[in-house]
Amino acid sequence: MSFLEYAPAPESTAILNLKDEYGLFIGGEFVEGSGTAFSTISPADERAIATVQTADASDVDRAVGAARQAYERVWSKMSGADRGKYLFRIARLVQERARELAVAESLDNGKPIKESRDVDVPLVAAWFFYYAGWADKLDYAGLGPNPQSLGVAGQVIPWNFPLLMLSWKIAPALAAGNTVVLKPAETTPLTALLFAEIVQQAGLPAGVVNIITGAGSTGEALVQHPDVNKVAFTGSTGVGHAIAKSVAGTGKKLTLELGGKAANIVFDDAPIDQAIEGIVNGIFFNQGHVCCAGSRLLVQESIHDDVIERLKSRLSTLRLGDPLDKNTDIGAINSAEQLERIRTLTEAGEAEGAERWTAPCELPSQGYWFAPTIFTGVSTSHRIAREEIFGPVLSVLTFRTPAEAIAKANNTPYGLSAGIWSDKGSRILAVADKLRAGVIWANTFNRFDPASPFGGYKESGYGREGGRHGLGAYLAPAGAPAAISEKKTRTRTTRTATKENRK
Amino acid sequence: MSRLAVPKTYKLFIGGKFPRSESGRTFEILSAKGDFLANAAKASRKDARDAVKAARGAVSGWSGATAYNRGQVLYRIAELLEGRRGQFIDEIQRGENVSRAIAERQVDDAIDRWVWYAGWADKYTQVAGNANPVAGPFFNLSVPEPTGVVAMIAPQDSSLLGLVSVVAPALVTGNTVVVVASERFPLSAITLAEVLATSDVPGGVVNVLTGSPAEIAPWLASHADVNALDLAGAEDLDWVDLQISAADTLKRVLPPEGDAFPSLDRITAFTETKTVWHTKSML
Repeated sequence: MSFLEYAPAPESTAILNLKDEYGLFIGGEFVEGSGTAFSTISPADERAIATVQTADASDVDRAVGAARQAYERVWSKMSGADRGKYLFRIARLVQERARELAVAESLDNGKPIKESRDVDVPLVAAWFFYYAGWADKLDYAGLGPNPQSLGVAGQVIPWNFPLLMLSWKIAPALAAGNTVVLKPAETTPLTALLFAEIVQQAGLPAGVVNIITGAGSTGEALVQHPDVNKVAFTGSTGVGHAIAKSVAGTGKKLTLELGGKAANIVFDDAPIDQAIEGIVNGIFFNQGHVCCAGSRLLVQESIHDDVIERLKSRLSTLRLGDPLDKNTDIGAINSAEQLERIRTLTEAGEAEGAERWTAPCELPSQGYWFAPTIFTGVSTSHRIAREEIFGPVLSVLTFRTPAEAIAKANNTPYGLSAGIWSDKGSRILAVADKLRAGVIWANTFNRFDPASPFGGYKESGYGREGGRHGLGAYLAPAGAPAAISEKKTRTRTTRTATKENRK
Repeated sequence: MSRLAVPKTYKLFIGGKFPRSESGRTFEILSAKGDFLANAAKASRKDARDAVKAARGAVSGWSGATAYNRGQVLYRIAELLEGRRGQFIDEIQRGENVSRAIAERQVDDAIDRWVWYAGWADKYTQVAGNANPVAGPFFNLSVPEPTGVVAMIAPQDSSLLGLVSVVAPALVTGNTVVVVASERFPLSAITLAEVLATSDVPGGVVNVLTGSPAEIAPWLASHADVNALDLAGAEDLDWVDLQISAADTLKRVLPPEGDAFPSLDRITAFTETKTVWHTKSML
């Protein structure tokens, strides 16, 4: 074995106790779906893991009905302290089953086990823990005394952080007193279904959490269901636009957490070793399947060559392969479809004149893989500088002055996150002021914490998840129309609509 | 023939250990019906000073833990309290001569109150702190921090609920505590100490003294290494004298409040607000 070669160290899948088939989780139990069942596969070897159901419009209706009933009969009447206790239970159960959840996540998603084990799942527990404590403190959420829950939340989440995104959605919704119907992504339903088992273990009243699987049409039916009071979506900006249109005029409260094209700005006085690690973490964490990924590196011209050289040398040491191997840095691309998109955009990068460099690593023959790639000589008009690639691809641009860095960083319809690397605090704070992005990391990148609000400016969406702000997304001030009168009338009209649907 | 019980020796709780009073003194605890329950340790001035020293030593570790970590450790205590629910109920019933239902309510309220405070650990900063829009190119942020060692006289009319109501809010932010338990009902305080000793709370973070508040309180009020004084249970003492004595080192003082009702104020009372200014350069 040579330097940096490791013996295989795969995490055992023996900890998993998966079923061959999973139903929809509606009203506290697993039930058959009415749509066509499909397999969820492991992107690392394309092998089927389990069969899951597709929820069609009638199933969505059933799930929303269960959530409505649970809201009106149980959850909205329960004390905040008791809601909190349920959430604490869930946090503890996630901690107890952490290893199992991490293995399932890596299997279904393709992300390295060290990320699912050390980032995703601990954050899931932290999210429930944090919002558990909020449930009986809503008077301090910033909406004035006695804020009101909204009702039934319809939540649609992406495949890049399946269980983590579930926790970002469900924890604040339940803490605030709402009930939920959540649809995980088509390619990563597994951990959401394991979470349904946790919900059962926690003894949560039936219908408070409902989980329905399926593809885009299931999500569309959920978002458009007339008896849903709140829509929360994390995913592509394209779908975000469509949801914002479909929700217009309905009175549904909406939060959107969409795409990004974050600038990671490196000044010439940056702590360079830390910056290199931060750049790598910024774009190659989770195979670059991160909405807030630092996909545009803006490096000050004077240190460009040095940074690129160091980056290439660092990327050459990244280990790509089996997501369940504890030494793996780069796992599998989540789906054939996503791999195709990454290929298309990188080909466009070459065609438009940027210079491509790909880390020398062997790709497994089965599954979906893409080696870490850097484009240099990228200009702001290139597609790889404008469009979200959502893969392990870094586009490098240069700048000379802080003003130029700011102009380039803001030259995008997105505004989710940004990074600044400099030893000078006063410069960091001044640049941060000028950046039109919802999260700014200085001399670090991709930090997440349940206490810290996360969300975008511009077409990266609106609303915040995390912190006190994240709670506000699921509450209305006492006496607000969204809290009382409107909801009642809406409920009345939707009930009729539901009956008609059943005819 | 019924089994002969093995009674517990009730001692003090200082620095994570259970010593007897260095004075060798005890005082007899009788049930309301006059039955002998235990000889509780009667803490001395020296015990109080040892407790302050232990509390001071525990400040940096406890206040330096992340808020999330502190919250989890505190929540864990609630889990353990729940596990000892029966023991507390029996103790309170015998000691306070109340019905089982009343003892149950006291224990349940104490556990729920502990959970309420545990949840504040990673939230109070967000409610009590803020960014300040100063008129100039500056980043300006105010955050509350724990004040340090808090000495407290627990409410005297209950075994557990009063004690929890003063100890929990001080711990949330990272303070460490020296608490003088109820003189009449000190036994549950030591049982709570057993819970703390088997939880993940570091030794010295909570120190429990039993004995005479009238005797111990003046030493704590005048101790120069105590940062704050909670007189919740001191209404029958010369508490104004204690407050005057505390003024020598400008301790933060909370006046007597028998029920120590749960509030954010009890948390922020023992915090200091730190405001950080940082320049923003001209670009």
